[in-house]
Amino acid sequence: MLKDITLGQYFPGNTFIHRLDPRTKLLMTIVYLVCVFTARTPIAFGVVALYLAIMIIVSNVKLRLLLRGMKPLIFLLALTGTLNLFLTPGEPLVSIWRLSISREGIEWAIMLILRITMMITGSFILTYTTPPMALTDGIESLMRPLKRIGVPAHELAMIMSIALRFIPTLLEETDRIMRAQKARGASFDTGNIIQRGRAMLPILLPLFISAFRRAEELAVAMESRCYHDGEGRTRMRALQYSRDDALTGLIGLLLLGSIITLRVTGL
Amino acid sequence: MEQIFETQRLSFQYQTEPGVSGALVLKEIDLSIESGSFVAIVGHNGSGKSTLAKLSNGILLPTGGKVYVEGLDTMDRTLLLEIRRRVGVVFQNPDNQIVSNLVEDDVAFAPENLGLPPEDIRRRVDAALKAVDMYDYRLHAPHLLSGGQKQRVAIAGIIAMRPRLIVLDEPTAMLDPQGRKEVIDTVKQLCREHGITVALITHHMNECIDADRLVVLSDGEIVLDGTPVHVFTQVEKLSELGLAPPETTALLFALGQMGLNVPLDALDVTACAQTIYDSISK
Repeated sequence: MLKDITLGQYFPGNTFIHRLDPRTKLLMTIVYLVCVFTARTPIAFGVVALYLAIMIIVSNVKLRLLLRGMKPLIFLLALTGTLNLFLTPGEPLVSIWRLSISREGIEWAIMLILRITMMITGSFILTYTTPPMALTDGIESLMRPLKRIGVPAHELAMIMSIALRFIPTLLEETDRIMRAQKARGASFDTGNIIQRGRAMLPILLPLFISAFRRAEELAVAMESRCYHDGEGRTRMRALQYSRDDALTGLIGLLLLGSIITLRVTGL
Repeated sequence: MEQIFETQRLSFQYQTEPGVSGALVLKEIDLSIESGSFVAIVGHNGSGKSTLAKLSNGILLPTGGKVYVEGLDTMDRTLLLEIRRRVGVVFQNPDNQIVSNLVEDDVAFAPENLGLPPEDIRRRVDAALKAVDMYDYRLHAPHLLSGGQKQRVAIAGIIAMRPRLIVLDEPTAMLDPQGRKEVIDTVKQLCREHGITVALITHHMNECIDADRLVVLSDGEIVLDGTPVHVFTQVEKLSELGLAPPETTALLFALGQMGLNVPLDALDVTACAQTIYDSISK
């Protein structure tokens, strides 16, 4: 049952977007998010939506997958929409009892729902088209300049990639512990929330102890393989920008430029 | 022959709490390993054999005596990387040695740490994966491999460092018989075909049959040291130490006690059968 959990979902492919340098994709995602939150008018939203649609088509990500990813957020969207609909001050259009819906309220609700949907969909395209290890490599490379102000870029990236590496191992272990507990009569799916929570304790405890033991052994194994720190370390697969990345960067600048222009001119 | 690894009156004790030392785990051990040889080190639990593995590359430091790797003293912290690239240690649990979720990236870990240029790393990774016969799995996720395959990936990760000596600390303890065979065959092949010096720490006597030399540790001391035949034929001494000789030697020994005049030195099954046949038909 725990096997179903996948983190940093990546769907292999060989499209233009799949082949881009992970750093380009990370930066483009940031540019895109800034645009989503800068856009205010229907025209601006239209431009961002057009860009998103092109990304979805080029990356060949199945719409079904995007929708499935949105599912857990429906509640959040509905809540944000409703609250904004009723609580935004302005000229009331309809009044029911003490609640009123204003024109501004409708506008804000639509805009927020649009923003959240676009933000999530855009980020999904990043994780769907980039392997987790490439993402951590990209993050490390982008954060390298921050080393000068004391950000441990290499260590953070190493922590992320080891976490990714051990997710399946620890899930397997959790599964094993749960089966061992069940064999001795433990029950995890009966009772109220508190009872269920307490039933999890005998799973978490051995899991934590084993995770610490693993960490200790891993540290020794890493040191045995000459790991010291990021200093002087090289990579087998060096990240390399290509012409496609330059082209993508240009598109990003264009998008950002047009959204800012639209915002300034108020169109 | 050149000695690749040497301990001089090596002692070690763990600190039970700050300032308080526990019992001696290793007691003034003198052990040299010849370049190119396959040495098996056996002993039951608590004999100090895993501690010896961690002392061999400076993960632990001696509390008495010295450890030299090609003449380099492990106490000298400035030589640490030089020592670790010469002595590769493979541990018991393959899951806790693999750092990446892609086989070839994991094998690249050590050469990356050594700061080699990318083309060199690529070459070493490919050669290491071929040496352990895991090249076809280079783009797999390690957690989907079998235990024996994972341990072979871990071994590849060590040989990509191009060490002079590989120390394997009970590499088969967590594996099923199939995985155990895969790993032991790989280790033998590395020694015989690639000329890497191997120190195999184990408590399975059957894994030591093909070693050039067998060292038996008990309570932190070397109690027996010689060729496998020399060690195994001392059946009484072994059982005193709580170790069982391989089944073949045990059978020949039992026959001998029943009055059959058989030599004890036939280690593999065919030779053992032949020995029994010869002595009966005589």
